Amino acid sequence: MSTSVDDVVVTGLGATTPLGGDVASTWDALLAGRSGVSRITDDWVKEFPAQLVARLAEDPVARLDRVRARRLDRSQQVAVIAAEEAWQDSGAGDAGVDPLRIAVVFGTGIGGALTLLGQDDVLEEKGPKRVSPFTIPMLMPNGPAAAVGLAVGAKGGVHAPVSACASGAEAIRWGLDLLRFDRADVVLVGGTEACVHPLPMAGFAAMRAMSTRNDEPERASRPFDKARDGFVLGEGAAAIVLERADAAKARGARVHARLAGAGGTADGYDLVAPHPEGEGAGRAIAAAIRDAGLTPADIAHVNAHATSTPVGDTAEAAAIRGAIGEHVVVTATKSQTGHLLGAAGALESVFTILALREQIVPATANLDDPDDDAAVQALDIVRREPRRMTLSAAVNDSFGFGGHNIALVFTTV
Amino acid sequence: MSEDIQTGLAEILEEVAGVAPADATPEKSFTEDLDVDSLSMVEIATAVEDKFGVAIPDDELGNIKTVGDAISFIQKNQ
Repeated sequence: MSTSVDDVVVTGLGATTPLGGDVASTWDALLAGRSGVSRITDDWVKEFPAQLVARLAEDPVARLDRVRARRLDRSQQVAVIAAEEAWQDSGAGDAGVDPLRIAVVFGTGIGGALTLLGQDDVLEEKGPKRVSPFTIPMLMPNGPAAAVGLAVGAKGGVHAPVSACASGAEAIRWGLDLLRFDRADVVLVGGTEACVHPLPMAGFAAMRAMSTRNDEPERASRPFDKARDGFVLGEGAAAIVLERADAAKARGARVHARLAGAGGTADGYDLVAPHPEGEGAGRAIAAAIRDAGLTPADIAHVNAHATSTPVGDTAEAAAIRGAIGEHVVVTATKSQTGHLLGAAGALESVFTILALREQIVPATANLDDPDDDAAVQALDIVRREPRRMTLSAAVNDSFGFGGHNIALVFTTV
Repeated sequence: MSEDIQTGLAEILEEVAGVAPADATPEKSFTEDLDVDSLSMVEIATAVEDKFGVAIPDDELGNIKTVGDAISFIQKNQ
């Protein structure tokens, strides 16, 4: 593919997820078909209809300095761990980039819920004087972005998009724009979430959004399958380092893939329900492909948002079929990772980048019996085993409560 | 007595701010020498109240600049 000075490339990847404590172990577990989902055994869960969760494979506190860890909410801890891996992978820290030209865009869906709820317990039990002075910087939704900014010494700007489960993808789109507008030379982007707690679990369960397949944890997240009954809440973070292609080349950086385009739309339909035909989602995908200077025929693969909810998956299938076509090879990796909410778009972009780099599409676990829906039936969804194939361009799409739709186009270099 | 207080204070400083106990000597300034920020000082004050049974009012907290200042405050108010 031809390149121009405004081309943006991926030079660093980082993640800590229910499948592994870094990118390599997460990717290996994904290709091996392992599940990150388990059943909660704590007493509080007994009355809960949905008792499943995709917990982090590695405790973040064990990875961080003790004092540093106690001043960061869990969502900040995992953000920092993923960001530091991506930063190291990129080599940007050793390349002498001016801190004034380093920016961070890091999103979260929920923010520091564990801190908010934990300190509310302190307030109720011990009174206001016992509430931690770190409560606000730990619960604010820009807290993860700010912690990441400090970790890499970013002084060119720190931003925190909040668009529910599209936040991680939205961060990547903002990063692309910052580089295109020459507001930074290196942008560290990503998403984070860590809100496994009775209140968010009860709230999502009250929406009837979560799987209640409690006796079969590893079978519960089953995007596009006829028997799907909701998502499984996951926790973790993923991070990506973006740079303009010419600068990356000049410093001899290894390039994983190219971020060729992005599109974003709003459904304008309902606060939480997706448009049944995926109208806004399809517009986002089409816009991203146009922005990349490609046509639908060029797109070989989609890492779908597909959370395993009954209405969401069919709406997305319609959007993909309408905006790209029936030739595209689809996978839904939440079948193994669970749904990382504000980190989902970042993690699935990491998977999309690795699919392009390694020329392999991971399988959708638990897709035993595809939904009868016409669009689901029409799509080529990878099942059982990963598929080796030639890939030059791929889409990752993400949608969030609020009607937010983001699509990203990645290509090989 | 002041040695017990210094030891107790050093334990708090280690827990809250990661200060090595050997560094928590009376002449050390919390902000200049031990890198303790203002929010951590609030946590330290709360921990001092728990451990030594002395309340540190906000207007007094600002006057406590060194480990020695904290030891004297605790001694006077215990």
